[in-house]
Amino acid sequence: MFNRTSIINVRNVGHHAIESLLRLGYATRFFALTLLNSGTSFLRVRLIIRELYFTGVLSMIIILISGLFVGMVLGYQGYQTLKTYGSESALGVLVALSLVRELGPVMSALLFASRAGSAMTAEIGLMKATEQLSAMEMMAVDPIARVVAPRFWAGVISMPLLAAMFSAMGVYGGYLVGVVVIGVDEGSFWSQMQSAVDFREDIVNGVIKSVVFGIAVTWIALFEGYDAPPTAEGVSGATTRTVVTSSLAILGLDFILTAFMFRGA
Amino acid sequence: MNEPDPTALVECRDLVFGYGERVVLDGVSFKVPRGKVTALMGASGGGKTTMLRLIGGQVRAQQGRMLFDGSDVGRMDADTLYAARRRMGMLFQFGALFTDLSVYDNVAFQMREHTDLPESMVHDLVMMKLHAVGLRGAHRLMPGELSGGMARRVALARVTALDPMLIMYDEPFTGLDPISLGVIRNLVRKLNDALGSTSIVVTHDVQEALDIVDYVYYLSEGVMVAHGTPAEMRASKDPQVHQFVWGEADGPVAYQYPSKNFSEELELV
Amino acid sequence: MERSTIDLWVGLFVVAGFVALTILALKVGNMGSFGGTETYQLSAPFTNIGGLKPRAAVKSAGVVVGRVADISFDNDKFMAKVTMNIEKRFKFPKDTSASILTAGLLGEQYVGLEGGADDAMLAGGDTIKMTQSAVVLEKLISQFMYSKAAEGGNTTSK
Repeated sequence: MFNRTSIINVRNVGHHAIESLLRLGYATRFFALTLLNSGTSFLRVRLIIRELYFTGVLSMIIILISGLFVGMVLGYQGYQTLKTYGSESALGVLVALSLVRELGPVMSALLFASRAGSAMTAEIGLMKATEQLSAMEMMAVDPIARVVAPRFWAGVISMPLLAAMFSAMGVYGGYLVGVVVIGVDEGSFWSQMQSAVDFREDIVNGVIKSVVFGIAVTWIALFEGYDAPPTAEGVSGATTRTVVTSSLAILGLDFILTAFMFRGA
Repeated sequence: MNEPDPTALVECRDLVFGYGERVVLDGVSFKVPRGKVTALMGASGGGKTTMLRLIGGQVRAQQGRMLFDGSDVGRMDADTLYAARRRMGMLFQFGALFTDLSVYDNVAFQMREHTDLPESMVHDLVMMKLHAVGLRGAHRLMPGELSGGMARRVALARVTALDPMLIMYDEPFTGLDPISLGVIRNLVRKLNDALGSTSIVVTHDVQEALDIVDYVYYLSEGVMVAHGTPAEMRASKDPQVHQFVWGEADGPVAYQYPSKNFSEELELV
Repeated sequence: MERSTIDLWVGLFVVAGFVALTILALKVGNMGSFGGTETYQLSAPFTNIGGLKPRAAVKSAGVVVGRVADISFDNDKFMAKVTMNIEKRFKFPKDTSASILTAGLLGEQYVGLEGGADDAMLAGGDTIKMTQSAVVLEKLISQFMYSKAAEGGNTTSK
């Protein structure tokens, strides 16, 4: 039973566990450094603006299109289900609450992680591999202040805006399918929605969620890039890890936040 | 003996450095005289590039001292280190130009980060630096559009932007065609003399280096094996130095990777 | 990419984000009708609140006039105390009655206020005296069964 292979495997597990713990500690220190060195980012807003273009603007298309499709599917599926209870007029409520509370923040964060997150990891990993970060250090410019921090704040700012765009497009998509195509009553679609969706409870909580996701995803993306081994395989492994770890983090955080925010509602 | 030598810009005393268990530099001492071009040579993995990182303070030695202009780099706090780095310049092996900035912006980088010069002045300075390396016309290009030699020249212009006291070159001749090689070689010498700086060239390109440097240090397996002027190195009778300088296939660094006896390895004989 | 082009796109992006947020807040959410309106508080005791939850509507004649702010348990009287935020512009007389009613088939419960005839109006912090608790299904069934059993008993004991 305890042959050599199984003992080695168990030892590997322990080894990996300790490695992960050490890495987590390093990542936390990295996060603290990023925050501490954010002064430059705010004094030279131009740096953040440039990163906002690459993370936010270039993600807009995929977010808007995905939002539209998700909303349309919600509209269609929701209608099918509500019809069996004779509650088609509640379609607006279903679409809006699903989007604003859950699908908007979560899906836009997942899309952001795959698109902007992996791009950030690859960019920073490549800068590390081609010694650009070293060169910057030798020119007495702190790469964390100049390269990492602006990208971090750009990610945190983009995320809630993208989530809002996703939700808004989704509601429109649900409207298109529900009201325009299927024929649910337009008036009750909007009026029931408006009375069921509360600004503070639903919309603000959704925004809070997307900010938390933005912090998590951007942190993971930047750290994986910064810590990547300076080789081709290293960078590609880091990019994959960013997407996987971010996705898990988003779903895990979503569970915690949802349990916290929507108790008894 | 404990006073720093005023004629040496960089002084290294009994330096011991390693990663974990592996010792890279074992008790190395040398001096880099001001105003001269010094070469650090040795086989790959001998610790040459590590030496540059020690001088620049990117890593710290476990024992010994690394003095830059009289102060120990290994003991400097972050602010003093950054101030010291403002007076150093390092040319990385493949240029390490910032790929998201144009040639112009790359050269202007240090001026914009560390000085408050108006853009008009930055413009003139950038043009002068690019002119010195012969690439003034290329200022709008992006690093991705440059050849290896051109990229290294732009990096050279970037490094000398603020006229540093010390210029370090990490394998500047590797992978270049003969013409670019000749260009870089001349630039290293000319810039050093024109700016009155001190240069350290880390390389294993023996013939190129021996033509332009004033003094040579030869590192092998973490120890300083030999040093001298280029003429002395060429005439050296030491087997290690001789094999390195003349590029002999076999000598102290064996040709065959450690293996079994050849006749034992064959199956038919 | 020119600086000015980047600035333009980033500006558009940020504006689009805020527009989306505003759309969500006004058209999708209830902020349009309820943000920042002044309210005063009234409370009402109930023997059973049924499925009433905080944030449920308070309606009078079918029109929403306020929201349930808080529901708590009064340990002295063993009754539920429902606190409501009523919009300042709606005044109710002191003999208003409050009942817990069900809206639609899905069973969302709300508080219905029916105005009385008193001249004096309820002020902030007042308590509504006349209340009608929620209909609890089990009690209804046991009432029905009891009355049926009583009827049967009457007929059999002739």
